[in-house]
Amino acid sequence: MSDQSHGTPRRASDGVAYWKANIRLIIGSLIVWALVSFGFGILLRPLLSGISVGGTDLGFWFAQQGSIIVFLCLIFFYAWRMNKLDRDFGVDEE
Amino acid sequence: MDQTIINIIFVGLSFAIYIGIAIWARAGTTSEFYAAGRGVHPVTNGMATAADWMSAASFISMAGLIAFTGYDNSTYLMGWTGGYVLLALLLAPYLRKFGKYTVSEFIGDRFYSPTARLVAVICLIVASVTYVIGQMTGVGVAFGRFLEVDATTGLLLGAVIVFAYAVFGGMKGVTYTQVAQYVVLIFAYTIPAIFISLQLTGNPIPALGLFGEHQASGEPLLARLDQVVTDLGFSEYTAHNGDTFNMVLFTLSLMIGTAGLPHVIMRFFTVPKVSDARWSAGWALVFIALLYFTAPAVGAMARLNITELFWPNGTDGEAVAIETIETDPAYDWMPTWQQTGLLGWEDKNGDGRIQYYNDGDADMQARAEEAGWEGNELTNFNNDILVLANPEIANLPGWVIGLVAAGGIAAALSTAAGLLLAISSAVSHDLVKGAINPSISEKGELLTARIAMAVSIAIATWLGLNPPGFAAQTVALAFGLAASSIFPALMMGIFSTRINNTGAVAGMLAGLGTTLLYIFLHKGWFFIPDTNMFTDAEPMIGTIKSTSFGAVGAAINFTVAFIVASMTKPVPDDIKELVESVRVPRGAGTAQSH
Repeated sequence: MSDQSHGTPRRASDGVAYWKANIRLIIGSLIVWALVSFGFGILLRPLLSGISVGGTDLGFWFAQQGSIIVFLCLIFFYAWRMNKLDRDFGVDEE
Repeated sequence: MDQTIINIIFVGLSFAIYIGIAIWARAGTTSEFYAAGRGVHPVTNGMATAADWMSAASFISMAGLIAFTGYDNSTYLMGWTGGYVLLALLLAPYLRKFGKYTVSEFIGDRFYSPTARLVAVICLIVASVTYVIGQMTGVGVAFGRFLEVDATTGLLLGAVIVFAYAVFGGMKGVTYTQVAQYVVLIFAYTIPAIFISLQLTGNPIPALGLFGEHQASGEPLLARLDQVVTDLGFSEYTAHNGDTFNMVLFTLSLMIGTAGLPHVIMRFFTVPKVSDARWSAGWALVFIALLYFTAPAVGAMARLNITELFWPNGTDGEAVAIETIETDPAYDWMPTWQQTGLLGWEDKNGDGRIQYYNDGDADMQARAEEAGWEGNELTNFNNDILVLANPEIANLPGWVIGLVAAGGIAAALSTAAGLLLAISSAVSHDLVKGAINPSISEKGELLTARIAMAVSIAIATWLGLNPPGFAAQTVALAFGLAASSIFPALMMGIFSTRINNTGAVAGMLAGLGTTLLYIFLHKGWFFIPDTNMFTDAEPMIGTIKSTSFGAVGAAINFTVAFIVASMTKPVPDDIKELVESVRVPRGAGTAQSH
């Protein structure tokens, strides 16, 4: 193993809070991730069939385009939030 | 000018650019460029990752699979993009913080076990070799068309070129070459799509044209397409016809597999900072999405164009005459592709026309009987030819066709060569030097790497002659293997401090073992044709096809790892500390070499 320089937050409790906040953010993001792809794109498509989009329905749009747009937003949102969280907890890289 | 000459000019020119950039970039600082990505802006790194990632499966194969199946194959679109969310949220920043170069090193260190590292290497090799088989299928199609020979000859010639390219190439490590490949690839993919979208819908953006209006009929494009294909007895394009459970599992397998593929993960090890690792995944997906937004439009529009070419007088009129196919320039692509053996037609009822319809459909059988048809006369239309044939089908200018040839070859070659490099370094560095013979000389290591590369390309070529599926389907199997083995180990390594060495090893072996077994039972042992016991049409377990089993394998991996870990010795404290440190960005140095 190489020499690891351990990043230690200012207080141990901060480290726990930081990780908890991160996990909350991940779970929230993954719920959206699953909702647009497995939800709107596949399982909930019959429920959305009333909403028509260009010759077909909203579920089809989510399966072929909408989910990808949401994925993009999610990754950038997560990166922005986490980089902010790093600074708030003082664990960012200088 | 003759089309073959135009193709050669475009393919030759694009190669000259890649090699030129490689030489120019190398001349500066060789060692720096080997650590691809360090000191490189996240946007540039994202573009290079996109080129690395988008292979023959995305470029050559995917739109064809969507075109001939419709909505149900949206799985590829969601699966191969949704994986980046998992990568960005669950793996990339932590692996960057860990700060080594390879996936197997992380697994070896985190699970404090050379055995775990060895098992990870084996998983990596199995997934990568399967991936290369898919690439070789695409290479065969591209070279077959490009050199106007049959697909088998194309495959053999392509294999020689891939081998030369991979041996020549630390080129792979050069980020700017990959940026150039990305540019060629994305232009090659979108330009014909823009032309076709303008022809059909008047909208220059294919992704919007897909949901736009079909100008010739005044109906929405997708409604028109649904109409035309159901007229011929095929299932409705936008409808869900397959099994829902299998569709969910398949999408999940592709997503998890994306986040478990070593050659993609590796790119995030070497970005300058942890925060950059998070952004990089986003930028990679931006560049990938440019192609993925276009792909479903390419598929739908090509399907409509093909149907109309075979039924020039409408689906209730007369079918196209063989004389027209042989003489009309709009049909020139058909004899050309016939040479590859991937397109075929036969005038079964001898009426001088080619009736293209679904002869398995009851209503169509009645119509066929009345009209004197004796079965579908478009006897062979390999899905993998669709993207490459598309500009010819739409009658686009010669330079567009040349550009697409260059793009297809770039996509297949770059990924195949990258994977071969990954396999050879895994065998020589991790397997031989790391486990079998640690005292091997540097020369010996290099020789082992070359031999490993030659052996894997020989195997991939041989199996590529009788591929287990279309290029994208074979690649999907590789994703299933990565999903069942690598991803769970990485995720548990970061998010759990309770999984120990024995648990991780047992989990990986169980995940890979069951998935490989399930695939072999359906696709034949070692993909050798006719050795399978089940088919994907009638799978062994419920409706789960072999391409969808990766998600099940991952679940098995997680479960076995947790059970075994709870029954064996707990994780030592220094490893727990390692996990804690990986979770926090502060203190991330530059990536360490081995």
